[in-house]
Amino acid sequence: MSDLTSLTLAEARDAVRAKKVSSVDLTKAFLGAVEAARPLNAFITETPERALEMAAASDARIAKGEGGLLEGLPIAVKDLFCTKGVRTTAGSNILSNFVPPYESTVSQNLWDAGAVMLGKTNMDEFAMGSSNETSFYGPVFNPWRSRGSNANLVPGGSSGGSAAAVSGSLCLAAMGTDTGGSIRQPAAVTGTVGLKPTYGRCSRYGIVAFASSLDQAGPMTRTVRDAAILLRSAASVDPRDSTSVDVPVPDYEAVLDDGVKGLRVGIPKEYRIEGASPEIDALWADGVEWLKKQGAEIVDVSLPHTRYALPTYYIVAPAEASSNLARYDGVRFGHRAQGAHDITELYEKSRAEGFGKEVQRRILIGTYVLSSGYYDAYYIRAQKLRSLIAQDFTRAYEKCDVLLTPATPGPAFAVGEKSADPVAMYLNDVFTVTVNLAGLPALAVPAGLTADGLPLGLQIIGKAFDEATVLRAGRAIEVAAGFDAKPQQWWRAA
Amino acid sequence: MSVDKDTVRRIAKLARIALDEGRVEPMAQELNGIMDWVAQLNEVDVEDVAPMTSAVDHALRMREDAVTQGGAADALMANAPGGEDHFFVVPKVVE
Repeated sequence: MSDLTSLTLAEARDAVRAKKVSSVDLTKAFLGAVEAARPLNAFITETPERALEMAAASDARIAKGEGGLLEGLPIAVKDLFCTKGVRTTAGSNILSNFVPPYESTVSQNLWDAGAVMLGKTNMDEFAMGSSNETSFYGPVFNPWRSRGSNANLVPGGSSGGSAAAVSGSLCLAAMGTDTGGSIRQPAAVTGTVGLKPTYGRCSRYGIVAFASSLDQAGPMTRTVRDAAILLRSAASVDPRDSTSVDVPVPDYEAVLDDGVKGLRVGIPKEYRIEGASPEIDALWADGVEWLKKQGAEIVDVSLPHTRYALPTYYIVAPAEASSNLARYDGVRFGHRAQGAHDITELYEKSRAEGFGKEVQRRILIGTYVLSSGYYDAYYIRAQKLRSLIAQDFTRAYEKCDVLLTPATPGPAFAVGEKSADPVAMYLNDVFTVTVNLAGLPALAVPAGLTADGLPLGLQIIGKAFDEATVLRAGRAIEVAAGFDAKPQQWWRAA
Repeated sequence: MSVDKDTVRRIAKLARIALDEGRVEPMAQELNGIMDWVAQLNEVDVEDVAPMTSAVDHALRMREDAVTQGGAADALMANAPGGEDHFFVVPKVVE
């Protein structure tokens, strides 16, 4: 095997199981790729020593004929998952010294299955952003560049480091989190696969909280099969997250190639929006044709409240964030300001120094919409809109099994291009955010390239806890699109 | 202007974030841009709609009301920026 880093998670799994390659050799190959890719800034913390220890332990288990579903496979996790003994920053200065004394359930599930941790990936601060530019640890650069250009593009966000690491072949797969599109949008603009599972499918225990009613962990991979493999191990019901749901976790991979014959695919007309790139509309039409050719039944559906999803999100998410982030007070953990004369000043200075601009802005919005006299006008109204948005999906699913939509309104954009206008930045999530509000599963699949050579994705949205069908439809898109483009590894020359 | 400078100062105080006077006006403008944009929600008649209270339709599990974790004082103190023995240390709170 000449280049181990070009393997998919499934290929690497089969090779390790068949003892064609050791976990240590596989891990060393990826550690080399991670080191060579430092210009991308995809990792906040690299954990090479721990990776090699875990790989050696995996090889020992494999030698004894033991091993889990992910035995010996090197992956990366977003720096939002608490990892015992390994610094966890959430992309924020306020947690720059935080070393969790406990492990998140999702990451523990992956280590229990035998996965090897390469490190913690960069992200927008507290997962608030769509470009990875709000990270205290600097922006991440997209492995992809426009044809003939040296300009750095954003990898999307907030799971931008995970997306860049998967796209740049720095790991076999990565875990991200998705509150309004933070797995699917970066996956789409980096030519990778990203799955946001149903709310409750994965435990939120030990994931630094942003908006608790929307946050969900999920896989970011190079193929749909890899996403199916990773989700199976990541998902679980957990006594430490009362919102995790006790629904059996199926073997998603087993039904992946069952095809889409007879599957009813809804096309929501409201996802045809002004301002989306014409290439996106063309790709969407291709997606419809691909599924139709494979025997799917195409159904026109309406999700009439779609246009209200983003403004609803920008009330609900900041409201929950302002409450969740109240815990960062400079007292029990995290950054503490020096020289405060009283406790209020300690809180105010620690939080002003520790939180970046976008996080402060969202805390203030959240505080405003929850404050006395505004709560009904903003927060309660938004929660009612959320009911209407969820009902839209329920009605659509009377006529179809999954929905097919674009994943993003356009390809990756330049670093700095949208950071001055918060609302312009928020519009990146226009196709993804509805799903979080309704708690549904959705998958971004790479489906084509723009004329400039940048990846674009399509999105499959499913019914609650029907990730298996979402993955099956995504696999059909993947096969038809035949997307096999890879970014040039320009960073190796940098 | 729905969010004025006094409102920004008030919510910054509520959120316990020190905001330099120079940042109050720009923050008011940013928040107004966002709040003007979310105002489109007022177009929708939500009179008879129940607010969503749970993202997925399932009942919360009950468990026995018993201590499941504890005795982790050292771990709890491990990240405290000011801590002595098992106490968090803060500036004086009572005169």
